[in-house]
Amino acid sequence: MLKINNLSFSVDSEGQKKEIIKNINLEIPKGKLFVITGPNGGGKSTLAKLITGIENPTGGQIIFNGTDITEKSITERARLGIGFAFQQPVRFKGIQVADLIRLATGKKLSFSDICDYLSLVGLCAKEYVNREVNANLSGGELKRIEIATVLARKSLLTVFDEPEAGIDLWSFNNLIDVFQRQREEIKDRSILIISHQERILNIADEIIILKNGVVENQGTKAFIFPKLADTSSLKGCRGVLKGADRK
Amino acid sequence: MNLNETEKSLLKEIADISDIPEGAFNIRSNGKSVGRRSGKNIDIVPKEDVSGLDIFIKPNTKGESVHIPVVMTQSGLKEEVYNDFHIGDNSQVEIVAGCGIDNCGCDDSQHDGIHRFFVGRNASVKYVEKHYGSGTGAGKRILNPVTQVYMEENSYAEMEMVQIKGVDDTTRTTEAELKAGAKLVVRERLMTHNDQTAVSIYTVELNGKDSSADVVSRAVAADNSYQKFDAKIVGNAPCKGHTECDSIIMDNGKILAVPSLEANDVDASLVHEAAIGKIAGEQIIKLMTLGLTESEAEEQIINGFLR
Repeated sequence: MLKINNLSFSVDSEGQKKEIIKNINLEIPKGKLFVITGPNGGGKSTLAKLITGIENPTGGQIIFNGTDITEKSITERARLGIGFAFQQPVRFKGIQVADLIRLATGKKLSFSDICDYLSLVGLCAKEYVNREVNANLSGGELKRIEIATVLARKSLLTVFDEPEAGIDLWSFNNLIDVFQRQREEIKDRSILIISHQERILNIADEIIILKNGVVENQGTKAFIFPKLADTSSLKGCRGVLKGADRK
Repeated sequence: MNLNETEKSLLKEIADISDIPEGAFNIRSNGKSVGRRSGKNIDIVPKEDVSGLDIFIKPNTKGESVHIPVVMTQSGLKEEVYNDFHIGDNSQVEIVAGCGIDNCGCDDSQHDGIHRFFVGRNASVKYVEKHYGSGTGAGKRILNPVTQVYMEENSYAEMEMVQIKGVDDTTRTTEAELKAGAKLVVRERLMTHNDQTAVSIYTVELNGKDSSADVVSRAVAADNSYQKFDAKIVGNAPCKGHTECDSIIMDNGKILAVPSLEANDVDASLVHEAAIGKIAGEQIIKLMTLGLTESEAEEQIINGFLR
């Protein structure tokens, strides 16, 4: 599905080259749910932006379903089947929840279709369909709408950047249910989640630890969890790995 | 009523009608009334001294509407039209006005509509005014509306004033005087492009106890266009006033926002807000991740903003 070859990304910082992503190689097969974790500042969000085309790499190649998409725009990648849920959902003045979901699907949707997408994330559609996606919505509401919008696209590969960030506990429990359902239904599609949350790591087919711009470890949770527990791999993570099932 | 296709399309744009509307109406085309009907409780009477109409809405009228759209397709036509709305006490009505100019010639076409509203005690009026221009001629499409609103005790007026496309030059002047308990709500949406200019001036005087006004303008200036928003709220009594100008600039567009407040009573509470900026990059990126091109994303953002 997605193949990343020798991918690098650097920026100029006060006249010096700062490497954010260093020669990464990764492969995400069809029908799998992968989670990228690792300390803050390790390059996770940058990698997501490189996959979706929001940032352009300084080296390497991204292959999606056999097509080299390294030079392709955000729009082209979206149309090829890459979806992206932002860590910080974007606010719009005037654009309503229904507009975003319609734009995401590219179809004329009925009220009940939109309801279906909103109920996926536990929102009562009647109250939200015609609400503006603006600052009057809470962080948790915005996040849930963001996720509903991205799910509505039914992309071949959907990248979620810290879906747990900024949401309340109730929403988080719902979110886990959403991912679990997606996990069972994905078949020919794949999901890539950037997360610090053990409950999300728990449902992954594979976990990638990204630290200092390199893949420090990759494998199933049985392989990865012991490493997370007894190494400093997640130094700087927000204390999530405790008391959970590590089988 | 005989209207050609261009006139019908203008009517659709400005009043969302393609034929004779429900209720009372007067349709003016190229300087003449081409259709008029009074309603059960609404009389439309042509003025004798100047061009225009007196519209009398009887007290206690409920749920009736008046459409008075104007279309112009004759290049070079210039007109001043005076319409007075006498809205009886306790009535509740909707008034749809608006002007569409199609100018395919090289002479300027201009319509200046001077509308006065006398809103009776406890009356409630919703006024919708859309301005629109089309046509390929070099002649300008010019609209200079003047709206004066005189509000009696506990009356309510909601005014939706929209200019979306094709008007080359406009000076929009709106003045309101409110007595005790009266409430005015204005929602203005303005879009200018090419070399167009739009000046929008509001003066709202809150003269009575517990009167209130909320004047909100959303504007987009694209290409080389220019807009000025000049809104003044004067509080002469214990009252509440709010004015807001929220604008997007694109290309070489320019916007000057001049909100101002004058409080002449210690219990007047007045607020103004103004914001001007380009479309946020993250908004465009978000919509591009949904498969829209950059220009499609911009269009969606602006359509939403001006909704």
